[in-house]
Amino acid sequence: MCDISGYRELASPTYEPASVPVRTTSVPAGTIPQMADSVWGPASAVPAAAIHSRHSAVVRVTHWITTLSFLALLVSGVEILISHPRFYWGEAGNDLTPPLFKLPIPASRDLVPTGYGYVLPDQNGWSRSLHFQTAWVAVFTGLVYVSFGLFSGHLRRNLLPARADLSWSGLMGALARHIRFKPASEDGARSYNVLQRLTYLVVVFGLFPLVVWTGLAMSPAIASAVPAAVSVLGGQQSARTLHFFVSVLLVLFLLVHIVMVSLAGFWSRVRSMITGHPAGAEERP
Amino acid sequence: MKLSRRQLIATGLAATAGGSGLVVASKLAGRYGLIPPDGGGLYGPGETLTYAAQRILTRHSLAREFAPSQISKPPFANEVAPLGDAFKRLQEASFAEWRLTVDGMVARPASFSVSEIRSFPQRSQITHLACEEGWSYIAEWIGAPLSHILHLVGTVPQARYVVYRSFQPDWWESIDMADALHPQTLVTYGMNGADLPVPFGGPLRLRLPRQLGYKSVKYITSLTATDDLKRFGKGLGSASPEAGYAWYAGI
Repeated sequence: MCDISGYRELASPTYEPASVPVRTTSVPAGTIPQMADSVWGPASAVPAAAIHSRHSAVVRVTHWITTLSFLALLVSGVEILISHPRFYWGEAGNDLTPPLFKLPIPASRDLVPTGYGYVLPDQNGWSRSLHFQTAWVAVFTGLVYVSFGLFSGHLRRNLLPARADLSWSGLMGALARHIRFKPASEDGARSYNVLQRLTYLVVVFGLFPLVVWTGLAMSPAIASAVPAAVSVLGGQQSARTLHFFVSVLLVLFLLVHIVMVSLAGFWSRVRSMITGHPAGAEERP
Repeated sequence: MKLSRRQLIATGLAATAGGSGLVVASKLAGRYGLIPPDGGGLYGPGETLTYAAQRILTRHSLAREFAPSQISKPPFANEVAPLGDAFKRLQEASFAEWRLTVDGMVARPASFSVSEIRSFPQRSQITHLACEEGWSYIAEWIGAPLSHILHLVGTVPQARYVVYRSFQPDWWESIDMADALHPQTLVTYGMNGADLPVPFGGPLRLRLPRQLGYKSVKYITSLTATDDLKRFGKGLGSASPEAGYAWYAGI
């Protein structure tokens, strides 16, 4: 999320802070500053080929497969959810159990006490098949992305924040620039800032594994084979409730991601994620 | 991006390896019974991956059993289609005339009354029943292991599935032998220390706690051992895939 690297394109000249001089000299090919140094070492070890493109082919392909998977999982997940829009905590819960909370929407099954006098169309069958098949695609794609990220250095170079950026003042500075729509520095325009890095890391290594785990914990066969994966979460209904909340966080991430990409120049960012060329490269003097 | 010759060759080799790997994988999956009867069609790959993964990883796992204090009070029975006058007559006679017939690939086809099934070795277990809609309850289930009945009738080794049917004509299911012979798969006649109430499937309900509720068919009347599910219904294994739901519901 938070691709703010194009803020410089938005900002009016009066927003240009004096401390960040605008570079007008052309940058020779091959020496374009890439990512900030990570905690593991300097970015100068990056092979020259990697420097030419903003996003590598594996990142681009896995990005778009994940995009399609996420949309399919979201639509089918909503359809599955409306057959019982009540949530519980613990192992078991049903229409006769007081819910932890319920969504103020009608259901697709008529036994659910929703307070509405009608039911929504029931599309649970294909929704479930689509949900589980797409989950396989998303998991395989995630494994390809993470293994590629580990072996190619993409995670270390592009997602691990530099140690200096993790200081309180570094984080607050990045946050302030975000809030005030301050342009990124020239070097930063080709790299992710610390907030982006942290957010992507939380999504890739936090929310994504959590949504898979809480989903699997609802499976009766998985619960029989790995009971601890369910009991640690508080039970199978707790797993369902947590699955809902993690999905909501992922949807929030998607919305912020789209807003940030739009602020940075939607089509140039999308083009960059398709072709791999750095956004705005062609406009450079 | 320009592809070099080396990249082209590498991509070609990877694609060939991947393609032949898929062919070999599907051959092996078929040989080891890892392809479900609804493994074709648009969602076939997903159904096959799920079923194969579960059969490799969880073939012998035991469903969790709970403490009596965790039993849901009261439990919740999903609605069923009206059972009709014939069922009512059987119910008024305390199901004395209810029969469970067992046929197909068995040495000694048989038909059992509820009281005969009650005389078989009994197993009682407190397990979780989850409906695919999202709700669930925990109850004590009392019954005879299906494996005992299959041994009594002498199921032949070639049998790969057990088809079971409800008094309700549109509700029939099937399971593979891993689930049919699983110690927790029961032909139940009791629940929470009493007779199995009709709304919960009485007089007889097949309960398999490692799959979702719709596989636990209420009012069962017959079992058929078979090596080929193509001959039943539309050939997808059970009524569920015909209605758009997965045949294997362990997820």
